[in-house]
Amino acid sequence: MSESRVNESDLQAYVDGRLSAARSAAVAQYLAQHDEDAQRIDAYRHQNQVLQAAYDPVLAEPVPASLQPVNRRRMPVQRYAIAAVLMLVSGFSGWQLHAYVATERAQTMYLARVAAVAHAVYSPEVRHPVEVGADQEAHLVRWLSKRLGTSLKIPHLAAQGYSLVGGRLLPGDRGPAAQFMYQDTQGQRLTLYVRVSGEARGQTAFRFAQENGVGVFYWLDGRIGYALSGESDRAELLRIADVVYRQLNP
Amino acid sequence: MNRPATDVFATQAMQYIPRLRRYARALTGDASAADDLVQDTLERALVKQSLWREGTDLRAWLFTVMHNVFVNQIRSSAASRTVPIDDAIANLPQPQSADRLEIRDLDTALQALPEEQRTVLLLVGLEQMTYAETAQVLDVPIGTVMSRLSRGRERLRRLMRGLPDAVSLKVVK
Repeated sequence: MSESRVNESDLQAYVDGRLSAARSAAVAQYLAQHDEDAQRIDAYRHQNQVLQAAYDPVLAEPVPASLQPVNRRRMPVQRYAIAAVLMLVSGFSGWQLHAYVATERAQTMYLARVAAVAHAVYSPEVRHPVEVGADQEAHLVRWLSKRLGTSLKIPHLAAQGYSLVGGRLLPGDRGPAAQFMYQDTQGQRLTLYVRVSGEARGQTAFRFAQENGVGVFYWLDGRIGYALSGESDRAELLRIADVVYRQLNP
Repeated sequence: MNRPATDVFATQAMQYIPRLRRYARALTGDASAADDLVQDTLERALVKQSLWREGTDLRAWLFTVMHNVFVNQIRSSAASRTVPIDDAIANLPQPQSADRLEIRDLDTALQALPEEQRTVLLLVGLEQMTYAETAQVLDVPIGTVMSRLSRGRERLRRLMRGLPDAVSLKVVK
């Protein structure tokens, strides 16, 4: 290949390592004899390195909460649609609609956050992970149902490899909340956080949030908000959340 | 009662957020402007998600959406962020050793590039897209990508060295 046929596009592609071996060799040969171009190409290669050195650290930064669960951002659109129907039916004013959507979103995000924190606090506990152990499951259900003022069900996840450790009562934003803890044979723990709100909020889709390495799938079902937290990967957590949901809504 | 829908699209899109942020940071030169751009991009992507065909390159599609959002922002922005090229050169410390570049200077130099050159230079040099992918994202022919790349790199080289921008001087009447 004649070096005279090396053009500017070849030089650019040489910088980016996008040439075939043969073409690359031809360019190298050309550059060996053209000092000015060689310096220019060196500078361009250096630019790529500087760019990567300067901006690659952004990849390792934690993604801000406002950007993280993309699916959370989608929900308001659907909720607006539902609420728009409500508005037509019941004569809601625009302001009421806005307040409704904003409050609902803030509340469910709060749910995910407190659940993640509760998970982070109690799941590493060796001696006192729960207040009432799985050996007293009937008592646990009665007690927490009474305190939360609703009839709770405890999902069974043995088929998924998680056994119930037990549960505890927690302070929630509006009153008592409950946390059920599960673990697999490796000691990997999941927690299901349950809280009851004053009024029925309808149903939401599963949403995902992440807080300091704890993943949370959370959803609302009428007056009850659920949040399943764990350090396992997202797919595994979703698999379990799906089973929990099905057991709670047979 | 239906089982809650899980959002396949959103799940897949999420994995590209760090890359979108990296590109946006270099493109805008400003961390909060960059995250605003990413947020606008994700919102637009979610609204337009039916236009993405499953099985095609989601990364390229998201970068296309981001590019369109960015270009619209530039066009609608009354106070343009573009710095006149002479001022940009004057503001750079000079002369300067090419090996010891501060990120701030790189930011300044990038911002002094015309948007069309900066975009190509970052998609190729930072995001490491192929020329064909870059052409697809920007919706321009590959030849245009190559010429913008060549002009952008030369301009950046001169800016970072504090040299006069011979390339633009030739073009401007």
